Amino acid sequence: MPLHSKHLLGLDGMSREDLQLILDTAVSFREVLERPIKKVPPLQGKTVANMFFENSTRTRLSFELAERRLSADVLGFVATGSSVSKGETLKDTARNIEAMKVDMVVMRHSAAGASHYLSRVIDANVINAGDGSHEHPTQGLLDMYTIREKHGRLNDLHVCIVGDISHSRVARSNIFGLKTMGARVSVCGPATMIPREIGRLGVDVYHHLDDVLPTVDVLNVLRIQLERDAGRLFPTIREYRQTFGITRRRLEKAGRVMTIMHPGPINRDVEISADVADSEHSVILQQVLNGVAVRMSVLYLLSTRN
Amino acid sequence: MRRLKAQIIDTDGFDRTLTRLAHEILEKNRGASNIVIVGIRTRGEFIARRVADIIETVEHTKLHLGSMDITLYRDDLLGKLEQPQLKGTEVLFDINDRDVILIDDVLYTGRTIRAALDELADLGRPRTIQLAVLVDRGHRQLPIRADYVGKNIPTSANESIRVHVKEVDGEDAVLLMHPEE
Repeated sequence: MPLHSKHLLGLDGMSREDLQLILDTAVSFREVLERPIKKVPPLQGKTVANMFFENSTRTRLSFELAERRLSADVLGFVATGSSVSKGETLKDTARNIEAMKVDMVVMRHSAAGASHYLSRVIDANVINAGDGSHEHPTQGLLDMYTIREKHGRLNDLHVCIVGDISHSRVARSNIFGLKTMGARVSVCGPATMIPREIGRLGVDVYHHLDDVLPTVDVLNVLRIQLERDAGRLFPTIREYRQTFGITRRRLEKAGRVMTIMHPGPINRDVEISADVADSEHSVILQQVLNGVAVRMSVLYLLSTRN
Repeated sequence: MRRLKAQIIDTDGFDRTLTRLAHEILEKNRGASNIVIVGIRTRGEFIARRVADIIETVEHTKLHLGSMDITLYRDDLLGKLEQPQLKGTEVLFDINDRDVILIDDVLYTGRTIRAALDELADLGRPRTIQLAVLVDRGHRQLPIRADYVGKNIPTSANESIRVHVKEVDGEDAVLLMHPEE
């Protein structure tokens, strides 16, 4: 069965079957990444445009690598220095790129819903690589893949997301995907960083790490976005670290072995201590590798969908 | 629906055919010391396992056995109506400088084998690649031939060959089916 949608805009509303198909297909691509020649031909002749209207290094590189490893032709586009700064609208930019016979568009944009809009005005498949504080579906998928690889299942696991939930598209995509797959999801952070209505998504809310850690299987630690003026959401970095920083001592006190995840880039010794980030329970670098496989899976499934 | 036209190979014939294939492979390669076996999913994987079992019993040795899903290398992938599910490639050993025995159930147009050769080339550089098939039904569209053939079955292009293996289908048999009605 092919995917239900022509685009990947978010994990909100995506069926269990579609999530399962993407994760299962990614296993095959994970094997390709272990080969001496890490390249397969299924997207030969297809052209993918990566439109990044917002800064990103790892997501852009990960997508680009995934596209090249599927033998697609890749167009790069970074907003700074492009016609966007000359006042062109998103619709015109996209239409111009499409006029060059592009088959798929991967887009990151600071506005929530930008990729939904794009999918309505162009014919190419659209993949959302992060839209504002809304969703980052491939990050959610790679987190789910990594959890499944480590624990063998998603069902009945307790995944806790720690940090700035309000501004996190990673948190939202994780919540939607994990809930659909039957995991228990909780969030933990200062009240200023947790939307009041979050409970409606079916997650449990905690404001003290020590209350939640004793039952957690997977801890997904979000980055404190210092560049987005996170400073007004808590008094000092030192205080955040003391209250919500993930340290070895805090984990030992919880008395439970848990998988440690982080979408990167890490602020070492702010939201997570260096020794925890580098510990044997940390799967942070596996997340990066799995990200390429999961993106290959999405690109492959959308382009061969017909 | 296709109706059965003839049973070409029955259970006993199936075993005998695989035993002969295994011995031909051993004879040509002068033993099993350098060979590795790779089956093409889905049916070829099971036939490869059987052939490997026979060789291991005869030679008192253990063989490397792998399986390949050639979907990503198909030349009709972007035009196909039905999206094939990926079943994964598992070749967990080094094929460099080995004699790879590639095994499939039916050799027909040769396009699957072309895809398999491309995939093997991405996994390494074997000394030789040899092709063993249970059935060769003709109608090649590419310059490809098998080194070991269980049975040549002349067919018309609109007939079809079904290979049943007991692991999946509950019985071992090769069936020739009438054209679609």
